Amino acid sequence: MARSLIKVSPKPRRGEVIEIKTLISHEMESGFRHTNTGAAIPRDIITTFVATYNGEEIFAAQLYPAIAANPFITFYTTARESGVLEFRWTGDNGYAATEQVKITVE
Amino acid sequence: MTRLASLLFVWARGDAWRGMGLIRRALVVAAAAGVATQGLAGDIPLSERRSAYEGMSATTQAMQDDDTANPGMLWVLDGETLWRKPAGERARACADCHGDAEQSMRGVAARYPVFDAKRGGAIDLEDRINLCRLEQQEAPALKRESKELLALSAYVARQSRGLPIESNDPRLKPTIEAGRALFQRRQGQLNLACAHCHDEHWGQKLAGNTIPQGHPTGYPLYRLEWQGLGSLQRRLRNCLIGMRAESYAFDSPEFLALETYLMWRARGLPLESPAVRP
Repeated sequence: MARSLIKVSPKPRRGEVIEIKTLISHEMESGFRHTNTGAAIPRDIITTFVATYNGEEIFAAQLYPAIAANPFITFYTTARESGVLEFRWTGDNGYAATEQVKITVE
Repeated sequence: MTRLASLLFVWARGDAWRGMGLIRRALVVAAAAGVATQGLAGDIPLSERRSAYEGMSATTQAMQDDDTANPGMLWVLDGETLWRKPAGERARACADCHGDAEQSMRGVAARYPVFDAKRGGAIDLEDRINLCRLEQQEAPALKRESKELLALSAYVARQSRGLPIESNDPRLKPTIEAGRALFQRRQGQLNLACAHCHDEHWGQKLAGNTIPQGHPTGYPLYRLEWQGLGSLQRRLRNCLIGMRAESYAFDSPEFLALETYLMWRARGLPLESPAVRP
């Protein structure tokens, strides 16, 4: 179950700087661990995160094995116009998750 | 040593030493080395009890307080889905009997473990969920610490957030007393009892961390060290391993007695589930 939690102010004023908080459930298996019998546990992490605002990229991040499980990423943007914020996480083993949030700028 | 220790022990218990809590506790422990079974200072006064939340850093507190930042909420969301999903031979969902959990489960987790007349003993919230599965849904019991059981118990516990823990059923008394005996029993290669840290040395440091009083106010909770959600039994196993004692098995009567005692000990404190702890 890919789960995510997004928090954005739903009705910001035009020109207001808004904080966007994102949390997604993911094991973030580092690839450096071994089982009790010594077998390596293969890496399974989210590698990229991209946020777009009405199709335009406003924030992106690359993630590495040192990042904890259930990555929490927050960033800021300026509320310019009403529209859709889209968040996309991609990672190992074909992992992909997308989430959308509508905002109305007043 | 023994004579001196006993003497100190007597002083430590005397009225003259009241108000010098730290020294008193230190002396009691010194004395305990000589007087093996009499060293425990007794229950923490009700007014002095506090959740480990208060000793956490501001950032960890902020993480728990904001439902978008609290990773425990991911399990709560999963639990909400499971609550509505039909399961078992009867294809019945929790919601079919209990309806809206926000109302029907309000305050429930704050009362557990409860006395179950049918089983003639205490059961905890996880037991309750599994009994419902076995008897009402005719579904297999969920394994302790499985994602599904943690999700369901987190979802149920979330509905009691902010409500005070209740423990006032006289039928639970034998279980509480059994739990207290385990809590005060020395065990493991370090020869420690739970009470040595959590009744006598709370607020002091152990390997750079503040020793909490050990109130189970936020279970199941998200531990940063675990990078996941875990139950009170998992936390207890953690402590036992730390004491280099052999852990009890999940679902054992010992764990149940400890859970029942600890919830009684934390009575009145507000539930924080799902809490975040370092």
